[in-house]
Amino acid sequence: MTEFIQLVLAGTANGCIYGLLALALVLIYRSTHIINFGQGEMAMFSTYICWSFLNAGMGYWVAVPLTLILAFAAGIAVQRILIRPVQNAPELTIVIVTLGLYLFFNSLALWIYSGVPKPFPLPTGIRQASWQVGDIFIIPYHLFIFAVLITLMAVLYVLFQRTKLGLGLRAAAAQPASSRLVGINVNWMLALGWGIAAAAGALAGILSAPVVQLEPNFMATILIFSFASATLGGFDSPPGAVVGGIAIGNIVALGGRYIEFIGTQLDIVLALVVIVAVLLIRPAGLFGRQVVQRV
Amino acid sequence: MSAILEAVNLRAAYGDRPVLFGIDLRVPERGIVALLGANGAGKTTTLRALLAEVRTWGDVRYQGESIAGKSTQDLVRMGMVMVPEGRGTFTDFTVEENLLLGAYSRRDKDGIRRDIERMYGYFPVLGQRRKQRAGSMSGGEQQMLAIARALMSRPKLLLLDEPSLGLAPLIVQEIFGILTTINREEGVSMLLVEQDAVRALKVATYAYLLETGRVALEGTADQLAASDDVRRAYLGY
Repeated sequence: MTEFIQLVLAGTANGCIYGLLALALVLIYRSTHIINFGQGEMAMFSTYICWSFLNAGMGYWVAVPLTLILAFAAGIAVQRILIRPVQNAPELTIVIVTLGLYLFFNSLALWIYSGVPKPFPLPTGIRQASWQVGDIFIIPYHLFIFAVLITLMAVLYVLFQRTKLGLGLRAAAAQPASSRLVGINVNWMLALGWGIAAAAGALAGILSAPVVQLEPNFMATILIFSFASATLGGFDSPPGAVVGGIAIGNIVALGGRYIEFIGTQLDIVLALVVIVAVLLIRPAGLFGRQVVQRV
Repeated sequence: MSAILEAVNLRAAYGDRPVLFGIDLRVPERGIVALLGANGAGKTTTLRALLAEVRTWGDVRYQGESIAGKSTQDLVRMGMVMVPEGRGTFTDFTVEENLLLGAYSRRDKDGIRRDIERMYGYFPVLGQRRKQRAGSMSGGEQQMLAIARALMSRPKLLLLDEPSLGLAPLIVQEIFGILTTINREEGVSMLLVEQDAVRALKVATYAYLLETGRVALEGTADQLAASDDVRRAYLGY
């Protein structure tokens, strides 16, 4: 039982990170109906930027917000420069562009930072040693990740549901043509969506860097788990992405321990099994809406 | 009377397929002008061309100024607002959110609040359903919502695309009653695209008859209603 709880705690912490990246994927999918395969690498590169700030002597609590702002701006730039020109092109074209983003940021990181893993510190003020509650060890950083996720969800909820900008963002995503007719600048809303997604992704990268090591491919596996999370939660539901992420985190942690042949080597198979199962049983995901199309 | 909208030699194309071949059109200040014609005559395209939603050439003046190069959202901010065919309802949003979206180009919070209440006065059914998902309402209710949403932007010129489409006669009568009230009391000019020519000619003062992207006939509503050509071809008696 102790071990089970221990696994759930670790699985949930990892799941929060999958959920964050899945959230980024969902924010973009909802508004543009494309999956940004470059999302993980954009997050990876942002994490390197953050590492550079830290390495230059900047404090954690300055470097991270600064990185998020830069990631936000970069997300907007990517949308305006690369995505907007192909917005109305066939889906395959857009997919190829996002794959190009993947390769671009991956190569850029390798070129600038080399493939040698970099150590990434814990946030200042978060201690390494764990607390012991009965037989269970609680790692402070896991609680930190969880708290960050909850805070971000609250901020996004207020933004999307309680502000005029959020109303515009939701409207532009749901019905671009009607939105234009009420005077919403739809192109800008889509760009802002990319900015928010890029910042959420960067946060996922920064939070996972202290746990796994920072190297140019470190987000690739996490991206796969995030795909599984978004598929499970429903590709058009932001809360679904987070719930899906935590579920995938636990499935991987528990499956790796209790299913003999999985271990830590085959855990990605669990993600693929979830993707296939969801697509077979409930293609819209747990929180997604079935789309009925008139033909 | 001075014109709020004046188009000279308006042409438009979808891709490289031309649809409008030079339309001259004028909407007087505070007037209601009807745009009639069979399916495919270019009525909807004319509205979309005026709002810069399709590739457009020609000289369009709105409130005396050329609007060449302006984007759709610029024009909406300037008070030229479309009530689209199919109504453009934000289906997953509540009735009230739809009205707020209509006022998206405004900044006066108090004024927006007051206008929402005013819309509930014009359309009591919307007030009863303010928290309801707009997509779950009937066609007539959604048409009312579409008009209310357009009015929320404080328009000076409404471009109405087939407001009677698919609605029961009683509802159509109600909607046209409200439109004439709004025109009279708030001085909103209207360019009305309508299949139901009899009804359109009753509320309009002037009308244009389009045929394959050109103006085939124009005149006061009475002239057009009395014209044998119009009667036979489009009014069906």
